[in-house]
Amino acid sequence: MIAHLCDLYRFRALIWILVLRDLRARYRGSLLGFLWSFLNPLLLMMVYVLVFSVYLRVPMERYAVFLFTGLLPWLWFSSSLGHAAGVIVGSGALVKRILFPAEILPIVSVLANMVNMLLSLPLLFAFLLAFGVRPGPTLVFLPLLLVLQLLLTAGLALALAALNVHLRDVEQILGNGLVLLFFLCPILYPVSTVPGSLALGRVLTVPLRPLYFLNPVAGLVQGYQNIFFFGREPHWIHLGMVTLCAVVALLGGYWVFDRLRDSLAEEV
Amino acid sequence: MTSSPPADAAVRLDRVGKRFRLYRGRQISTVKDLFVRGRPGGLFSGEEMWALRDVTLAFPRGRMVGIIGSNGSGKSTLLKLLGGILKPTTGTVTVSGRVSALIELGAGFHPEFTGRENVHVNGVLLGLSRVEIRERFDAIVAFAGLEPVIDNPVKTYSSGMYMRLGFAIAVTVDPDVLLIDEVLAVGDQAFQHKCVAKIQEFKARGKTIVLVSHDLGGVERLCDEAVWLDRGRLQATGPTQEVIGRYLDNVAREEARALGVEHERVETAVAAGTANRWGTREVELTRVRLMDGDGHERYVYEGGEVCTIHLAYRAHRPLDDVVFGIGIFRKDGVSVYGTNTAIDGFSLGKLSGDGEIVVRLDRLDLIDGDYLLDAAVHARDGHPYDYHSRLYAFAVRSRIRDTGIARLAHEWQCPNAGDDAGGAHDAHDASGGGRQR
Repeated sequence: MIAHLCDLYRFRALIWILVLRDLRARYRGSLLGFLWSFLNPLLLMMVYVLVFSVYLRVPMERYAVFLFTGLLPWLWFSSSLGHAAGVIVGSGALVKRILFPAEILPIVSVLANMVNMLLSLPLLFAFLLAFGVRPGPTLVFLPLLLVLQLLLTAGLALALAALNVHLRDVEQILGNGLVLLFFLCPILYPVSTVPGSLALGRVLTVPLRPLYFLNPVAGLVQGYQNIFFFGREPHWIHLGMVTLCAVVALLGGYWVFDRLRDSLAEEV
Repeated sequence: MTSSPPADAAVRLDRVGKRFRLYRGRQISTVKDLFVRGRPGGLFSGEEMWALRDVTLAFPRGRMVGIIGSNGSGKSTLLKLLGGILKPTTGTVTVSGRVSALIELGAGFHPEFTGRENVHVNGVLLGLSRVEIRERFDAIVAFAGLEPVIDNPVKTYSSGMYMRLGFAIAVTVDPDVLLIDEVLAVGDQAFQHKCVAKIQEFKARGKTIVLVSHDLGGVERLCDEAVWLDRGRLQATGPTQEVIGRYLDNVAREEARALGVEHERVETAVAAGTANRWGTREVELTRVRLMDGDGHERYVYEGGEVCTIHLAYRAHRPLDDVVFGIGIFRKDGVSVYGTNTAIDGFSLGKLSGDGEIVVRLDRLDLIDGDYLLDAAVHARDGHPYDYHSRLYAFAVRSRIRDTGIARLAHEWQCPNAGDDAGGAHDAHDASGGGRQR
C-alpha cells in the first residue's frame, strides 16, 4: 500500500492534468462556462430557501447562509461519489489500453470536485459578510476539515469505482443512498433540532444524537457550520468519529480496489 | 517449447496462459466471492476460455517480432500481457525496460478538447513529463501533420487524423520495448511511410518491437522473427519467412477443407433440387467435381496447377443432340472463361446411361481469388437439359500480385542485354514455384 501511495505521488503530474481536464470539460460548450460552478449551488440553495424559509417558515435567522455553508461540502461529497462510481466503467478505453494505476481515476473525480468547492468559497465568504456573519479565527480549522473529507471521500470513491465495474447496481444504490444521507446530515436543519434521545414506547429509549453522529458526513457538515457560521471550534468528539471513519474508509477502500485491480481491464 | 527461455531476453514469457471467464445472464454474485477471489464468482456461468495457453517465448533485445494468426488466436491478448494491462492467469511475463503500447491509438482523447490539450494529457498518460511534452510538442504535431487544426476540438478530426495524432504521441515516448497492434494501416500512404520510417529508426537504435498484424506483407518486410498463434497456442516461432509460410499453408488447408464442405453442401442441394438449377433433365448432371493432377478432389489451387473438371451424367434415353459446357466466373459475376463441346468441335456421339465427361485444364492460370463454376448440358439449339449455375466454388491462391482476370503466359525480355542466358525470365517458372519469395 505504501508502494502504491508512492506510485500516486509519481503520477502527480498526471493527476493534476486530469483534474484540470475534468474541470475544463465540465462546462465546455456551455455559454456561462465556469460560472455554473457558482450558479449550481446558488440555485439549489434558492430552492431550499423557498421551501423551508418561505413555505415552511423554519424559525432560524440567516437560514440561507446557514444552508449554503452545509451545502458546499455536501455537494463536494455527493458529486465526487456520483462521478467516481462510474468513472472506471466510463473510461474503458483508458483502462483497457494504457498502463497506469487505475485508482487515479476516482481520485481525480474527488480532487476535481474539491477544487470546485474551493472555488466556491469566496462566494460563501461574500454571503457570510452580506448576512452579517463575520468569520473568526476558527477558520484555521478549515484545512483539517478539508483533509478529513478528502480522505473519507477518496476511500469511498475507490471502493465504489471498483465495485461498480463488477456490479453495476452500485451506481443505482449509490444514487438512492446519497438522497437518504442528505437528509441524515444537518444541512437543511441545525443539529439543535435533532433530539438527544427518542423514546420508543415506555421501555426503549434511543440515544438519537450519538447515533446521528455515527454518520461521519454529519460530523463534517457540522464542523464546517461551526467554523464558518457559528464561529466556534469544531465538535472534537464528533470530529474524532470523522477521523476514525476517514481512516477506515481509506484503508478499506484501497484494499477493495487493490483486490479487484487485476480484473478491472477484463471486466470494463 | 517447455524449456525455459533465455534470461537475457528483452521480453520473456514462461508458460503463460490467460483465461477469460465468460459471464452470462445476471445471476447474483455474492459479495464474499468478490473479495475472496477478487472477482464475482456467482456471475460466472462455468464457461471459460483460454485466450492463451502455455506460451513460452523469448524475444532478444533489438529484434522486431511479428505476431501473426487468425482472428481470435490470442495475438492482442499477448500484446496486452506484454504491456502489463492484463495479468497472466498462469506463468510469468517479464519485460525489461520502458514499454510503450500502440494498442489503441488515441485511447483517452477527450473529444471536446483541442488537439493541443489532448497531446498534453495523453503524453502524461503515456508517461512523459510535462516538460518533455512541451519540448517535443512541435515535433509531435509536425509528425502527425496536423499543424492547421491542432487548436480545433478532436471531435472535429477525421478518424485518420485522430490515429495520426495518437501515433505521433506514442512514438515520442521513446520506449525500450514498443508494442504495436495493427497500426500500420493508419492514415494515408504518406503517413504510413512515415510510420514505417519511424519503426525502422527504432529498430536501428536497438529497441525491441513487437508487432501484431494481419498484413503479412508488412510483417515480412519489417520483422526479423515471427510468432504464429492459433487458438491461443504457439504454433511456430522463428525466421519470419518460414513462419509465414507455415501459417499460409495452414490457412490454405483450412480453406480447402471449408470449400470441400461447401461442395458437399452444394451437391446435397443439387440432389434435393433446391439449388440454382434448371432444365428438362433428358440428360442429368449427377455430379460435378474438380480434381488436381493426381486425381484428388480439391477446391483450392495454386495458380498454374493442373485442374480437371469431371461432369458425371445420366442420359435417361439415348440422345445424340447433346452439348456439355463449362463456365468460370469470378465471385463478382465477371465471366472469366466459358466453352463447350460444340465450340471446341468435340464430338460425343450417341449418349446413353451413366458416363463422365472430363475437361482438363493443363494450367489453371487464374489470379488469386475466389471463383464459381457453371456446368451445363444442353441441346445444340440451346435447349437446356440440366443447367447448374454458379454452384461450385473454388479458390485460386497465388502469392504473385498480378492483376486482372487471368494470368496470360508471358515472359520478359531485354533484347539489348547481350547473350540471352540471363535476359529472359519465364513467367511459368515463377508461378510454378508460387511459394518462393
